[in-house]
Amino acid sequence: MDRFLFLTVDGLSRGAVYAAFALALVLIWRGTRIVNFAQGVLAVATAYLAYSVAGATGSYWAGFAAALAAGLVLGALVERLVMRRVAQAPPLNAVIVALGLVLLAQGVLGMLYGTQYLPFPAPFSRTAMTVAGVPLLSRYDLFVFGTVLLLMVGLALLFTRTATGLRMRAAAFAPDVSRLLGVSVGRTLTLGWALAALVGALAGMLVIPTGLGLHPTAMDLVFVSAFTAAVVGGLDSPAGAVVGGLAVGLVLSYVGGYLGSASTPLAVLALLVVVLLARPTGLFSGTGARRV
Amino acid sequence: MRRYAGALVAAVALLAATAVLDPFRDYQLATAAAYLSATAGLTVLTGLSGQLSLGHGALMAIAAYTVALTQNAFGAHGVGTQWTLLASLAAGTAAASVAGAVVGVAAARLRGPYLAGLTLVVAVAVPSVGTLAGGLLHGDQGLSVYLPPAPGWLGADAPYERWQAIVALAAALLVMLLLGNLAASGFGRSMRAVRDDEVAAALAGIPVARVRVLAFVVSAACAGLGGGVFAILAQSVSPGAFSLTLSLNLLLAIVVGGLGSLAGAVWGSLLLVLLPWLTDSLARTVSLPPGAATRLAGNLPLAVFGLLLVIVMSAAPGGVQGLLNRAGRWVRGRRPGRHARRVETSTPDAEPDAPLASRT
Repeated sequence: MDRFLFLTVDGLSRGAVYAAFALALVLIWRGTRIVNFAQGVLAVATAYLAYSVAGATGSYWAGFAAALAAGLVLGALVERLVMRRVAQAPPLNAVIVALGLVLLAQGVLGMLYGTQYLPFPAPFSRTAMTVAGVPLLSRYDLFVFGTVLLLMVGLALLFTRTATGLRMRAAAFAPDVSRLLGVSVGRTLTLGWALAALVGALAGMLVIPTGLGLHPTAMDLVFVSAFTAAVVGGLDSPAGAVVGGLAVGLVLSYVGGYLGSASTPLAVLALLVVVLLARPTGLFSGTGARRV
Repeated sequence: MRRYAGALVAAVALLAATAVLDPFRDYQLATAAAYLSATAGLTVLTGLSGQLSLGHGALMAIAAYTVALTQNAFGAHGVGTQWTLLASLAAGTAAASVAGAVVGVAAARLRGPYLAGLTLVVAVAVPSVGTLAGGLLHGDQGLSVYLPPAPGWLGADAPYERWQAIVALAAALLVMLLLGNLAASGFGRSMRAVRDDEVAAALAGIPVARVRVLAFVVSAACAGLGGGVFAILAQSVSPGAFSLTLSLNLLLAIVVGGLGSLAGAVWGSLLLVLLPWLTDSLARTVSLPPGAATRLAGNLPLAVFGLLLVIVMSAAPGGVQGLLNRAGRWVRGRRPGRHARRVETSTPDAEPDAPLASRT
């Protein structure tokens, strides 16, 4: 029972990160109908920058801030320089271009930093504190929950309470009408990508300390887990992404805890297949007609 | 008939080439041929039936492990003839086809990014089976593959690489011939119809789901043959050799060569072999500290591949073969006689539709 409780908390903590990462995927999907397959590697790139900055300044938080800023810039650059060129092409092209970015970034990071695992410590202790005799929550888990909660409240406020958020929703929902009404759709798309990459970078900073360390492929499994979470939620629904993220985190934590961590990739595969076969549009999306 | 004659000429020319080339070149040729089996299968799937698969590296892994296991079983029972290779490759191809059928059935209902995501998860998940079934597959270390010595008719002093090249080239030629026939057949037309407009294809009586699944199975079989040949080339198999990067490299090859073009798959496969070799030689001529040199050699090809993929997809989506075809058309178009006819057909027939389009 203790183990079950521990795995549940661990799964929720993981799930919070998947939720954030899935949210970033949903942000871009809603705006452009593109699944950003490069999101994992962009997050890794910002984490490497954080590693360098933290190493140079000796402060974890300087690195943290650098990673978030780099996420904003990278996201905007990727949209402006690359994705805008394939936005009108068949959807396959955008996927292929994003995968090209994956190879490019992995190659560049490998050249700069090598392909060995670099140590990437957490800012808080990861040993679980005991609550009523049961080892339950670590300080780092609390940090993760707090950060993700803050992020979600921030995003919700941005999209429902500000003019920028309204413009972004309008540009995603009806680009032509918004353009007529004076919304600079191109600029809001760039902002959306920047924001999504920022969220991705944040998720990367939160999840990499819980893994083996920093590596060009460190986010591969996180990406597929978050993609699964987003699909569970319907790819279109921010609330769905959050619920999907927590669900995927729990499932992976139980599978990893009871069957060994080597089986988690297969668990992701099984989960995704089941969801896609049972309910391809996800649990939370509205019914949408397929355009013929 | 022309296709068979071409294949025969290519077979003779390549057989002669393997005898002339030194062992290192033979091995490079064999590697390109092994890539070609997989990329040709992938280009038919992605280019003709419109399904993007990032899981072909995993399908190759399944076949490679099957070849390793069957070869080692043959070795353990003391069966050492060349026919074992044929049997193992057939077993590997069959295993990959079955896996491809499973993925294909799941994929038949999926579109665009969903399909790419599912196959991406396949590519990430399947190598972990090697770790999971550590007793049988020896985890990250992998298996070594028992191989009988090269046959006597090659000559006693023939390097083993020449035999490897012959096996790999035979497999690749077989794949190219079969896929060439398939693309030109009614099934090829069905695949293109499904790719271009599913609803129209279904209305025309094409069984859309069956075509998509069959395309996946055929493509998986080709990838499996390529993966099996890889096991014979490397004489060992390990999960690290079949990572997501391999799948992305295959994708790069077919995109740069030209999606859906079998000739493009040849260009792409050559690129996959030649570019790492070029950057490796380049890194060796520049004097660098040893750590930086290995970092560069291992990762520069990756970065160049990624850059190529981005540039080709956004600037010339037709790839090398698309550019060649355009150049060919341009040259033919300059010939007198044809020119007049082309002008005639290109009279703007969009004019009558224009008022309608502006009304909607």
